[in-house]
Amino acid sequence: MTKSANGGAALSITVEFTGGLELLFSNERKHNITLPAQMDDGSQPNIAYLVRYLVDNVMKDQRQEMFIMEDNVRPGILVLINDADWELEGEEKYELQQGDNIVFVSTLHGG
Amino acid sequence: MENLEDTCASLRAQIAATEAQLAGLKRDLANAEAAGKPETGSTGNTKEGLNGTGSRWPLLQEEYKRYGRQMIVSQIGLHGQLKLRAAKVLLVGAGGLGCPAAQYLAGAGVGTLGLIDGDTVEISNLHRQVLHRWKNVGKYKVDSAIESLRELNPHPTYIAHRTHLTPDEAPAIFENYDLILDCTDNPATRYLISDTAVLMGKPLISASALRTEGQLVVLNNPPRRPGDKEGGPCYRCVFPKPPPADSVVSCADGGIIGPVVGTMGVLQALEAIKVLTAPDVSPAADGTTPPRDPPILQIFSAFSNPQFRSIRLRSRRANCAVCSAEATVTLDTIASGSTDYVFFCGSANAPSLLGPGERVSPEEYRERHPPANSQANDKSVKRGSHTVIDVRDKAQFGICNLENSINIPISNFLGSAPVPMASEYETEASQLPSWLPSELASPESNDPIYVVCRLGNDSQIAVKKMKDLGLDRNGQRFIGDIRGGFRAWRDQVDPEWPEY
Repeated sequence: MTKSANGGAALSITVEFTGGLELLFSNERKHNITLPAQMDDGSQPNIAYLVRYLVDNVMKDQRQEMFIMEDNVRPGILVLINDADWELEGEEKYELQQGDNIVFVSTLHGG
Repeated sequence: MENLEDTCASLRAQIAATEAQLAGLKRDLANAEAAGKPETGSTGNTKEGLNGTGSRWPLLQEEYKRYGRQMIVSQIGLHGQLKLRAAKVLLVGAGGLGCPAAQYLAGAGVGTLGLIDGDTVEISNLHRQVLHRWKNVGKYKVDSAIESLRELNPHPTYIAHRTHLTPDEAPAIFENYDLILDCTDNPATRYLISDTAVLMGKPLISASALRTEGQLVVLNNPPRRPGDKEGGPCYRCVFPKPPPADSVVSCADGGIIGPVVGTMGVLQALEAIKVLTAPDVSPAADGTTPPRDPPILQIFSAFSNPQFRSIRLRSRRANCAVCSAEATVTLDTIASGSTDYVFFCGSANAPSLLGPGERVSPEEYRERHPPANSQANDKSVKRGSHTVIDVRDKAQFGICNLENSINIPISNFLGSAPVPMASEYETEASQLPSWLPSELASPESNDPIYVVCRLGNDSQIAVKKMKDLGLDRNGQRFIGDIRGGFRAWRDQVDPEWPEY
């Protein structure tokens, strides 16, 4: 297992933004994210933690309401955990695993 | 002589097409007459030789040739072809998705194709809406599309619905079809289509596209009554809440590459053929049905690698508003309007952030600042120094721009870190965002700043942000926008300005 910046065990995952969400994240689709493998209270970081982390550390755009709403991912964004809808995996409580691929997709409406 | 031969060839081709059409009409008539008599089997299982025309063969000679290449694929076969001919498919929307989808379904020999769309063809549609011809600009899209489809295949019955889908009409229209394709462009209609499809028991193939990406999902497949967990999920199962109206971007605003939306429309046609020709699933000896593939969302991203991604989706939502046992949306609530789609999805309001004193019309701007080579530019008119900031994105600025204007895309204004409040007197240069040209921030200059964009919405946001940054020096310097943007500019000042 890799080490995080502060020397503790670290968790490396890939986060991708698509469907226009990448515009909120410096127009980069793919981000390699390193999180602490364990939280201060001994629990593992989950999707809720990741979303907060992305807003606080990765997102430079001010328009937070385009990504989160009432501390949750806003309606119209699908969260995919290793190519499955997060609803199949426990939604925001899903505990992240080494190497996970998390995709945030904004739904499109044009036609 | 060659001309004469061409004329004969053309006439022969027209006669052949007309004969094929006549044969199709005769068969339709025979089928319609047969429909009045007691049925002996389901329409999907037309027995060979019993097609109502009295012929030995269920298809016309021309149809064997026409559909042969797909019929010899084992997944289709004669059985699949007969199912396609018996099928009635409704396409809601005859645009970037509906055109290619309809083209392939007509080509494949789907017996009845209905198209519903209240729009007329515009020249800006032609790069992607491949059934429409330049000569048909101004015509109803459904009429234009059907004209092309008839030239492609005269056999199917084409039905034109020259209207936008409305809640009061949707159930009666859907009733006449077996399968629905959602080829529309807005969330309110997408929810209406999905709800109606569930309540009328029709499978739904939904697709969408924007810029370089597309999405596709087969919903309510198999179609089952609300509360039956065996049915496929609906649009509300996947998206129980609509997106905020401000986050919805149209192809007109965001742009679209033709083959991207074309890809999605073609995939819709493919999924339609799969649904229509799927083998009948019969229960096993112990009464159980074989497990179905989980519902899949296909994501297409033209500039990513890989371009396609298949996402496993949830099954029906236990508390879904329309397809669960706890459903609150019914045909009655749709018809009565108590299920209000426009209210549910909201509408984005054009911002009105600025007062009249902060906005100038294109004409006023031109009077204040005549162009350098203008006749009016004699000694009697003092041309004050000023700055024009164009906040369209780089691609749009590259298409056309005003001489001496500078380009600062609106994303810079929206994407910057929180700014110091205007009340903090003496803004330090170091606090200003790096994308702001230093001459604009120079405390010596009180030259006015005009902000312009495509339609006059983003320009207001940019003016507001610059005032928040303290650039107006508490009102000593004019910062305002050009009302109505370049659309109004074209109307009032420069009729040769490109309209894109």
